[in-house]
Amino acid sequence: MSFLEIKNLSISFGGVKAVDDVSFSIEEGSVYAIIGPNGAGKSTIFNLLSRFYEPLSGQLNFSGNELLELGAKDIARLGIARTFQNLELFEHASVLQNLLVGRHVHNNQSWWRQMLFTRSVVEAELEHRRKVEEVIDFLELAHYRNQMISGLPYGVRKKIELARALCIEPKLLLLDEPSSGLNPEETEEMGFWIEDIRRDLNITVVLIEHDMSLVAEVSDRVLAIVNGRVATEGSHAFVQSHPDVVSAYLGDVK
Amino acid sequence: MRILFKTNYKQDLNLAKHSGHRFWYGLLILVLLAAPLILDGYYIGEATRVLIFAMAGLGLMVVTGFTGQVSLGHAAFLLIGAYTNAWFLAQGFSSFIALPMAALLSMIGGLLVAIPAARMSGIYLAIATLVFAIIVEDVAGHLSSITGGNRGMMVDVPMLFGYQIWQSWELYLFVLIILVAATLIVLNILRSPLGRAMIAVRDSEVSSQALGVNPMKIKVFAFTVSAAITGLAGAFLAHYMLFLTPQIFGILLSIQLLLMIVLGGLGTVHGVFFGAVLIGVLETGISIAKDALPSSIGGLPGIEPLVFGVILVSVIAFEPTGIYSRWVKIRSYMEFFPIYRRKSFKRQRVYLKTERLK
Repeated sequence: MSFLEIKNLSISFGGVKAVDDVSFSIEEGSVYAIIGPNGAGKSTIFNLLSRFYEPLSGQLNFSGNELLELGAKDIARLGIARTFQNLELFEHASVLQNLLVGRHVHNNQSWWRQMLFTRSVVEAELEHRRKVEEVIDFLELAHYRNQMISGLPYGVRKKIELARALCIEPKLLLLDEPSSGLNPEETEEMGFWIEDIRRDLNITVVLIEHDMSLVAEVSDRVLAIVNGRVATEGSHAFVQSHPDVVSAYLGDVK
Repeated sequence: MRILFKTNYKQDLNLAKHSGHRFWYGLLILVLLAAPLILDGYYIGEATRVLIFAMAGLGLMVVTGFTGQVSLGHAAFLLIGAYTNAWFLAQGFSSFIALPMAALLSMIGGLLVAIPAARMSGIYLAIATLVFAIIVEDVAGHLSSITGGNRGMMVDVPMLFGYQIWQSWELYLFVLIILVAATLIVLNILRSPLGRAMIAVRDSEVSSQALGVNPMKIKVFAFTVSAAITGLAGAFLAHYMLFLTPQIFGILLSIQLLLMIVLGGLGTVHGVFFGAVLIGVLETGISIAKDALPSSIGGLPGIEPLVFGVILVSVIAFEPTGIYSRWVKIRSYMEFFPIYRRKSFKRQRVYLKTERLK
């Protein structure tokens, strides 16, 4: 049994088959990249994994759990964290508050204790804070800790979203275009972090990415999606030279 | 200018972050406690009304300001609280029973609205809560065996330990104590995981789900707490009014509450109090000014809504984020004097929030 196994996954929006009979599996501890042209259905796969969408058919299995039996709010509890393509941060809250929301799944204080802010809540809050500070150290966000999200530049927000996902202490991290909107240095930095996340934190990473140099640098295996279908899967070099992938990006040679 | 030297994460959990906070908020409480010694009965009555409105606004802020669910029906919770309190007092119970029952019944009302309302958002939610308020007002009008119907209902004075609270300053202190307690509870919620989850649901429901927050649960929780606090405010409003009719709790009251927290500053506890004070001062000011002006001007009908409207529109035009943000500017002007820059609070473009995934 693989760590994450996706079988015959399909979904359609109206007449468009956004994801059509897609199957793949991911090994624990690997970095797995999903590539494909715009509109190929990559983000839809993530949204299906997050249970935002209901698939027409298929199976999603994450280390023995059937994801389709669960709701969107239960996914994080299994240890699956994600980032969004168009940043979904909590704009009118500080960086620290955003990261602390990432600790929500680890909260076990009852509501009335929280209302009275009892000693056990204080202890739990301090523990959450320590965990969050570890992530802040890891991603070098100390400088922004108390700032509001709404005043921060895009590159920093991107990092904060990654940090918030890490605060869940996930086993599986889904990154939706981690390098979009970043300059070349920031992209390179992102590559190092993905490496560190896999090696030091022992988290399996799935990323959707358009930057092929980043894909080549970090990923063990690559899945190419074209028009909702799997075009090919394999090592980075193999996928990049595959005729279906080439024709999807560059057009057919007649 | 104050620079905080933090050596412990606990410092960030404290409500009073530094000695300045302790001094000024302590002073504020002392002044409020001492107010009955200085002010005469009329102004204490007006101050009591401000406190009651602050309490109702606090309730509405929980659901609208922090959880992002617009409610146009909070007058309904005031009504439930007011009538429950009056009814239990009329049956001879003390305020120790009547007040918790007012909060409880209002809370149940909140739960009833919240369960369907948690599935709605935006304008649909506003309509649903509005309809709820109309229904509650109507039911109160028809249940004449309990509420006295449209003829109205007299309210007994509060009873504590067999002691009847007749004096206006006694009622003022009673309201003040309950309001401080309610504020502390709201502040506690805000600094704990529940409060953060509420803000998460407000700012991005999608990503809050991806982080394991259950938006339904959080919304229902927010509605329930909000209804309880507003119900308490309603109970005190009954004592302030002395005579209840369902018409008092119409749509205008709901709108007034909503305006109050928007003017004060949505999403801040300070905003509740700024808003309540502004509305209170305006109403009292207008009625005093009407008496002072010659009757040809002061006696004109509809002068209150006019003055009210002008002030509301100008606040919205010049300080759309409410009086609280003006206060932040004044505070930082003093903190950074003489190097304060206007540009540091330049209004930035705010993007409309849309649900991108659905």
